[in-house]
Amino acid sequence: MTGTTSADAVSWQYAPAPQERDIVTIAPTYGLFIGGEFVPAADGRTFTTVNPATEEPLAEIALAGEADVDQAVRAARTAFDTVWGPMPGAQRAKYLYRIARLIAERAREFAVLESIDNGKPIKESRDVDVPLASAHFFYHAGWADKLEYAGFGPSPRPVGVAGQIIPWNFPLLMAAWKLAPALAAGNTCVLKPAETTPLTALLLAEVCQQAGLPPGVVNIVTGAGETGAALAAHPGVDKIAFTGSTEVGKLILRSAAGTGKKLTMELGGKAANVVFEDAPLEGAVEGIVNGIFFNQGHVCCAGSRLLVQESVRDLLLERLRRRLGTLRLGDPLDKNTDIGAINSREQLDKIRELSAAGEAEGAERWSPPCRLPERGYWFPPTVFTGVSQSHRIAREEIFGPVLSVLTFRTPEEAVAKANNTPYGLSAGIWTEKGSRILWLAQRLRAGVVWANTYNRFDPASPFGGYRESGFGREGGRHGLEAYLDA
Amino acid sequence: MPEDRNFPNGIPPASVGGRLAVRKTYKLFIGGAFPRSESGRVYPVLGDGGTLLGNAAQASRKDARDAVSAARGAVGKWSGATAYNRGQVLYRVAEMLDGRAAQFTAEVAAAERVAEREAGRQVDAAIDRWVWYAGWPDKVAQVAGGANQVAGPYFNFSVPEPTGVVAVIAPQEPSLLGFVSVVAPVIATGNTAVVVASEDHPLPAVSLAEVLATSDLPGGVVNVLTGRAGELAPVLAGHMDVNAIDLTGVVPDGRADLERLAAGSVKRVFAADEDWAAAPSTRRMLAFLETKTVWHPMGT
Repeated sequence: MTGTTSADAVSWQYAPAPQERDIVTIAPTYGLFIGGEFVPAADGRTFTTVNPATEEPLAEIALAGEADVDQAVRAARTAFDTVWGPMPGAQRAKYLYRIARLIAERAREFAVLESIDNGKPIKESRDVDVPLASAHFFYHAGWADKLEYAGFGPSPRPVGVAGQIIPWNFPLLMAAWKLAPALAAGNTCVLKPAETTPLTALLLAEVCQQAGLPPGVVNIVTGAGETGAALAAHPGVDKIAFTGSTEVGKLILRSAAGTGKKLTMELGGKAANVVFEDAPLEGAVEGIVNGIFFNQGHVCCAGSRLLVQESVRDLLLERLRRRLGTLRLGDPLDKNTDIGAINSREQLDKIRELSAAGEAEGAERWSPPCRLPERGYWFPPTVFTGVSQSHRIAREEIFGPVLSVLTFRTPEEAVAKANNTPYGLSAGIWTEKGSRILWLAQRLRAGVVWANTYNRFDPASPFGGYRESGFGREGGRHGLEAYLDA
Repeated sequence: MPEDRNFPNGIPPASVGGRLAVRKTYKLFIGGAFPRSESGRVYPVLGDGGTLLGNAAQASRKDARDAVSAARGAVGKWSGATAYNRGQVLYRVAEMLDGRAAQFTAEVAAAERVAEREAGRQVDAAIDRWVWYAGWPDKVAQVAGGANQVAGPYFNFSVPEPTGVVAVIAPQEPSLLGFVSVVAPVIATGNTAVVVASEDHPLPAVSLAEVLATSDLPGGVVNVLTGRAGELAPVLAGHMDVNAIDLTGVVPDGRADLERLAAGSVKRVFAADEDWAAAPSTRRMLAFLETKTVWHPMGT
């Protein structure tokens, strides 16, 4: 932590290394992006998006109601019927390549805006979110004229109008994960960004204009839960793609029952990160830190349950604590910052509530010495030990920088504990033994397994969950199925 | 063959050729055993002209839950078997079916009131479909999975894995070919199944269960319920230990309520009305497969 010391860690002093903020111009107000134009909400309602690191209001955003969602879906339908549907794949590809290039050209602007609106450290938005978003468009551009080779039949057809609802943890990247495959497959889109992080999606709308994307192919309706519900329930939507909580996912599934809408759900997780005694501990510590503290733990695939073999528990925890003492929490726009702001007051309250439950249920709580900024939403990196499987902090998704440590003795016990959750999004394995990696990878009921690494993402690599973490995949050949009438 | 299938006036003859026929009791198939419904209920199954073909067990909600338990218990062994082994077991089913083709032809003819020739075609198609699916277990991973070329020093691959316990509402007709067409793809990929047989024509499915019971298929991999789909399907759709449900046998208007129930545990829901005589595709297998992606760094 900045300017702090701990007993067993060297105290490092860091001079501020601020990223220049002036590269971004935030307008006082933003409209909805419908039919290629920015328009106010029909009833004139707006909401405010704030910088979670300072609580300063950033802009007033149009709040889309049912009428606006209807307009957006109609615009998407018209574009699908008249322009995007009939367009040859090779031409769609060119538009997507343009978007990929434009995101790369304006990468720093996107990164700064993302960190301001979301609270995530600039080094993450700069090195992960934005490059991956560009890569996602580039990758899928190449599929647009090769769909007949994707294994979904000789002449796969698009589904139609896709309604896409995305979360606040990776605002631009999730928009790219949704839009790129949908557009490549020939669908048109109505995207609903999260209430607390609308700005980069609206900048992406500007990029769509710059790319000359035909009006109505991409529409963006900003708002909160009611906007998302209106989009999911709209009869003109042929496909719903949702990333968010399992709770909301189930509501959408129920509302879509009997409609015949095609669905993909990317929901919550409670991943086990399994460390065996023979693991390279320094690497494992880095993997654990990356697994749970990347993006303040606002990651559905976060390694929130550390399962460590009993024989190395103490050694590993000692090294983990020492490492956590070197993490720097603070200004998201400082290039040295490791832990940024919690995205919203609401999320901070949830993290606090679950952490309090962890203590109340008997787990031991620890955080490194850490001074939190006075304004904004902050939560220190936190480790709970003495956690049992029945504790809420071992069962519920906290979606914050909170690690629950459990132990195991045998590989079989590790499997049983890792799978003891209704979720099944991801898992981690740390061991030097190749046969054990493959043995465990086969038995973990999770859609993504990182062995001796964690939180790696790539547009060519299918991502998605088992069980109540949802269904359908994003990325790779597999991800195309979600947007084809296969 | 059972000449006593077409009872005149619905009254079974006392004997055929002077010998009294030995009739079969049709029961459920759960965990490799043939229990009666715990409820003690049966319902009459009628053939041509209202003749009684037999009394089928009318499974209860508890029978459905027992079947799910049996299916869950079989997941480890069946999904953990080698794909080669699963293929051999499925092929064995086809062999057993072929040996009893005449019996199934008569049963299908009686059940669906079709001519023997048409029934024979359906049975042949059902056997050939088993053979087709028997070849899939050790091939589907190469078709549905593979290496992913990521931009970094990582080996990254995706493999399909069975989703787990799949509940299947089989189509009403064709009773045997339809049943085979929805069950074989589910188990070929390593899932286990709880199947609600055709309500009006359940008897060929029960006889098929006898084939499954003698084909090296581990108990619990396929569980067959006969009874009222309207009573059983909601139990299966809402069951928290069922991973996926195939609603093909439910009329489209009846699917919405079941889909709402299925949302409670984020089940994979599949339904496809199809021409059962047409060649099958991979989609019924792919519908009940998960994709697992594994990353590992490359380096020295």
